[in-house]
Amino acid sequence: MTYGTTVPYPAQHPAQHPARRLTQPADSRPRDRDTELPRLLPAHGAVPVDLRTHMSRYGAPPYFGQPGRLIPVLKAAQLTGRGGAAFPVHRKLTAVAEAATRPVVIGNGAEGEPASDKDKSLLWISPHLVLDGLQLAAEAVGSNAVGLYVHRNARLQERLRAAVAERAGARIDLAPVEIIDAPPRFLAGEESALASRVSGEPAMPRFKPPRVFERGVVGRPTLVHNVETLAHMALIARYGPHWFRAVGTADEPGSMLCTLHQADGGRDVAETGLGTPLRNLLTLDEGTQAVLSGGYHGAWLAAADAARLTLSNAHLKPAGAFVGAGVLVAFPANRCGIAETARVARYLALESAGQCGPCFNGLPRIAAALDEVASPQPDPRAVADMMRWAGLVEGRGACHHPDGTVRFVRSALHVFREEIRLHQYGRCMDPARRPFLPLPADTALDAADWS
Amino acid sequence: MNGITQSTALWYASRATGVVSLLLLTGVVLLGILVNRQGRLPGLPRFVVTGLHRNLSLLAVAFVAIHVVTAIADPYVTIRVAAVVIPFASAYQPLSLGLGAFSLDVVLALIVTSLARARMSRRLWRALHWLAYAAWPSAVLHSVSSSTDLRHGVLLYLAIACCLAVAGAFAWRVSHAGREIPREERAAVTLAMMSPRSAPGPEARRGSRRASADRPTKADIR
Amino acid sequence: MRKQLRVDPTACSGHGLCAELLPELITLDEWGYPIVASEQVPRSLDRHVRRAVTDCPALALKLLRAS
Repeated sequence: MTYGTTVPYPAQHPAQHPARRLTQPADSRPRDRDTELPRLLPAHGAVPVDLRTHMSRYGAPPYFGQPGRLIPVLKAAQLTGRGGAAFPVHRKLTAVAEAATRPVVIGNGAEGEPASDKDKSLLWISPHLVLDGLQLAAEAVGSNAVGLYVHRNARLQERLRAAVAERAGARIDLAPVEIIDAPPRFLAGEESALASRVSGEPAMPRFKPPRVFERGVVGRPTLVHNVETLAHMALIARYGPHWFRAVGTADEPGSMLCTLHQADGGRDVAETGLGTPLRNLLTLDEGTQAVLSGGYHGAWLAAADAARLTLSNAHLKPAGAFVGAGVLVAFPANRCGIAETARVARYLALESAGQCGPCFNGLPRIAAALDEVASPQPDPRAVADMMRWAGLVEGRGACHHPDGTVRFVRSALHVFREEIRLHQYGRCMDPARRPFLPLPADTALDAADWS
Repeated sequence: MNGITQSTALWYASRATGVVSLLLLTGVVLLGILVNRQGRLPGLPRFVVTGLHRNLSLLAVAFVAIHVVTAIADPYVTIRVAAVVIPFASAYQPLSLGLGAFSLDVVLALIVTSLARARMSRRLWRALHWLAYAAWPSAVLHSVSSSTDLRHGVLLYLAIACCLAVAGAFAWRVSHAGREIPREERAAVTLAMMSPRSAPGPEARRGSRRASADRPTKADIR
Repeated sequence: MRKQLRVDPTACSGHGLCAELLPELITLDEWGYPIVASEQVPRSLDRHVRRAVTDCPALALKLLRAS
């Protein structure tokens, strides 16, 4: 099962801003080399970069010669994880390096978020940057057990295996890389679910402690990094922390990949500096009523609020949202936000691993209540029930699936409160409930769907 | 006391403690199944079921210990100490005592692993605990074959009652295992319970084991 | 550093003994799963906490070193 193609959809709106989109030619104005974008994606088009091109552009990975030397460089760069949690990268590396007992390094390319395409695109177009980063991370923690965890797509996995084999043949890699298949589940990319899957079990989250950097894959200390994070590592190792910090903000430096969904249906992957105004990335005119930031565990923002905010946690967190993995959706004005939220909530409920009582009891009930609210003349108790259940499930799962779902739902109840009022009077912005947000066609139903 | 009377006393003690051990072990098995099914003893708090299960098992071991010691000490028959734990190592009634030794071995293993439960993997503990379903029948066969006590009168009815009780409880236990909803399906089943229009549609059901006519209950989802 | 009282929700199947043995700290939600009021345990309840942890049939209640 695939969520769509691994190459982004063509955008249908004019380029107006420095963000580099895959589907558009690079801006031809002269630029400062340090602040030039793109960094992770090629300057022209979306053609995959082969090893020879990669080597001629960047050379071989700049190994340091001994473990640990990469870590202060990453600390100076202040690189944070690009998988959604934005955890400081040098701290994870330090924790695993200090464990000193046969660590494992896994690149996380299992992009379980249906609205996100950036990891797939990066792996398809610039796999060698990711693979460089993986080798550098392995050297930094002293590991020779390295894997790349990739969502289930035969073409992509075959391409990655070929890339790994080519590098092995050219003797560029320090450690052999195993390509590991991830089931197409929303939670498959969660750190402990990844560790379970790589250990040979179903991809289901585990209770913490221990965290994976203490005991992860088959009980060994495991370093898990999103593939985009690894690509940034590969460039920071070559060009240094100051180069990395030349874009972005002082507190949130660097560039990142975003998946942009426009209100007219356009969908693209863009690389932009942190701190870019959202209105430069999404078309926020009267055709847009709201913005979803951070994917399906993120939060809704009213379009007017979003127009004043930038792509940074400094702006988004006080507004109840966060940068996450860079999913930004401009939600059209002529759709029902509650119906769409209900549709996604149902998907999130069905993606529960079914391990934790509060989650598999609460999320389906919340989804059913949302469905009720989205229907004409809903039961007046539905919202109150939903709020009670939301309070009951928060923080009581082994992973953050209930927390993220609750954040998403609560923000919808706030941003679409007018819509809820309309429903109480039997009206709706879009009675046909046309779908807008992307969701996979089928759902998980049995044990095999988690392995 | 002369030798024959001493022997008779020991022999009676062994038989009596044997019967009590069997009754206690039956109680332990029934309570164990009740714990697993989250059942309750009427009017009593839940912790009584687990507490009684544990305490009766320790009491059973105590009675089995007396049962074994008196049997060995009884000079009328010669039972080697080794035969207590090594099945079929006895010259006297090897099959019957062998079953008893096997049962005792397993019971000791269950108790030791349960005392050390926090220190071992949950999966390993569960796998070993299933051996209880091997220990109890062995104890029954041992009881029935090693002496004729259980073949007449009150003790016969007692033995039959024990067997029926365990058979019934076991059937109850196994029937739940057959109906238990696997964790991967729990959310979908809960969603279906909430409202018909929220349930995953027929096009989404690819070979699921659950017939749509089944009405799952909360107990099935646990 | 005192240990924290936590429930492993993947192991918990809602037996509910913990709420009976430690009602000061644990209540059950509407589905029978435990809600721990506070991870910090007052010393006066140490004995009861230890018993609840030992008696949980699923070994889901845990006393863990603070992370």
